[in-house]
Amino acid sequence: MADIWTLVSFGPEGWSDEIAAGTVVTVSLALATLPLGLLIGFFLALAKKSEEATLRIAANIYTTIFRGMPELLTLFIVYFGVQILLREISALFTDEPIEINSFLAGMIALGVVFSSYASEVFLSAFRGINQGQYEGAWALGLSRFSTMRLVILPQLIRLALPGLSNLWLILLKDTALVSVIGLSDVLRQSGIAARVTKEAFLFFGIACLIYLTLSIISSLGITWIEAWSKRGEARR
Amino acid sequence: MTVDVERPPATARRGWTGSRITGYASLGLWIAFGFSLVWYVIVSFDIAFMTKYGPRFLSGFLVTAQLVVISIVIGAAISVPIAFGRMSRNRIIGGLSFAYVYFFRGTPLLAQTFLVYYGAGSFVAELKAAGLWWFFRDPFNCAVFTFSLNTSAYQAEILRGAILNVGRGQTEAAAALGMKPFPIFWKVVLPQALIVSLRPYGNEIILMIKGSAIASIVTVFDLMGETRRAFSRTFDFQTYLWAAVLYLMTVETLRRIWDRLEARLTRHLRRESD
Repeated sequence: MADIWTLVSFGPEGWSDEIAAGTVVTVSLALATLPLGLLIGFFLALAKKSEEATLRIAANIYTTIFRGMPELLTLFIVYFGVQILLREISALFTDEPIEINSFLAGMIALGVVFSSYASEVFLSAFRGINQGQYEGAWALGLSRFSTMRLVILPQLIRLALPGLSNLWLILLKDTALVSVIGLSDVLRQSGIAARVTKEAFLFFGIACLIYLTLSIISSLGITWIEAWSKRGEARR
Repeated sequence: MTVDVERPPATARRGWTGSRITGYASLGLWIAFGFSLVWYVIVSFDIAFMTKYGPRFLSGFLVTAQLVVISIVIGAAISVPIAFGRMSRNRIIGGLSFAYVYFFRGTPLLAQTFLVYYGAGSFVAELKAAGLWWFFRDPFNCAVFTFSLNTSAYQAEILRGAILNVGRGQTEAAAALGMKPFPIFWKVVLPQALIVSLRPYGNEIILMIKGSAIASIVTVFDLMGETRRAFSRTFDFQTYLWAAVLYLMTVETLRRIWDRLEARLTRHLRRESD
């Protein structure tokens, strides 16, 4: 049995460089999914608080579906479903099969799930903003877009931040699922290391510790962002 | 002299506004999607497929139900000492239970499952010596083991939050009536705490149903596992659609039952005028 310290070292005998590369993939997947999920979630929240009943129903169907399905199932449906769809479409033009890459499939699936939860967070944040804010902005002659950008959004972010930080931590953990469809993230890389070296407990333990470290770093970042978002508030 | 005052636009606007067009378009899209789904299922309906995989889906569904029920119950039992550990004034006990909760909430369930299922293989000799190898050899047991520990961490936080939520005055008033600490907890604090924690408990059960799909990756043939097996043999995409329908129906039914239950149990808190 090889020495444990050789196994976890960097270099040809050790696995740390592979696992570090996996960590980069995990973090980039989460970071790439975040803006997608936030954007869709925000527009879903707008739709849910719209006066137009059809818009509300359509948005609610979306959330019911993607909050009710296991993330793993959503991932498979996106991965295989889009693959089949692309194959049908591309068959019209070329004979070459198109493969959807697992990073993109993961991004879409996790983004869709994230957005359906984020829409609820945004919706309750919208409810926390007084109607007087809209009326005040109107009295100042701001357009609807400027009202949203200058008056509502800054307050919305502050109200939505705790909920969104929770969703970020969940997203970070959910990226592990994408390893199942072949993305070389932390979990997959440590899985390979575990299989090759027969030290499963060691390497999956390392993977868990990396996720823990990532969430600790995130918590620190979130604390900082929360302080930043409250900079305009009066001290009490 | 009169001043023209511009008024805010009336709330309900008529005609084809942008949001109305988007609303009809998106709802129309969903309806079209629903119809094409039904159409797809009718067109690709195959009696051989149904008779072969229908019962398997059912047995997978039962495995999922077992996984969830056993894990939630065992998790609830483990969560009680951990919740008290978290509230303990003893720093070692408090620190240890904090670390436990932080570990299970801060790492992916999939990584934990791998750690237990494959990690147990690293300790075959020790586990055999302890007479526990038969337990960890079976993927179903490993999944139940991991899920129970995982949900116990979440449930401990729910329980702790709910107990801390009950006002201090309740305990003091009960003490003033001469009640002993245990009856105070059992008859005064806990009933109020459980009502507060109904909603988070419901959410945790739903999360567990969804999370249990992970067991399929360590070769447990739950609903997701049966789906994956059927897909790998037939390459028929409707397997995934059926699984989606089953999961959605389960979660929605549970959510609705839970809403009813909560409304019923909190009916004494509602005012007549509401």
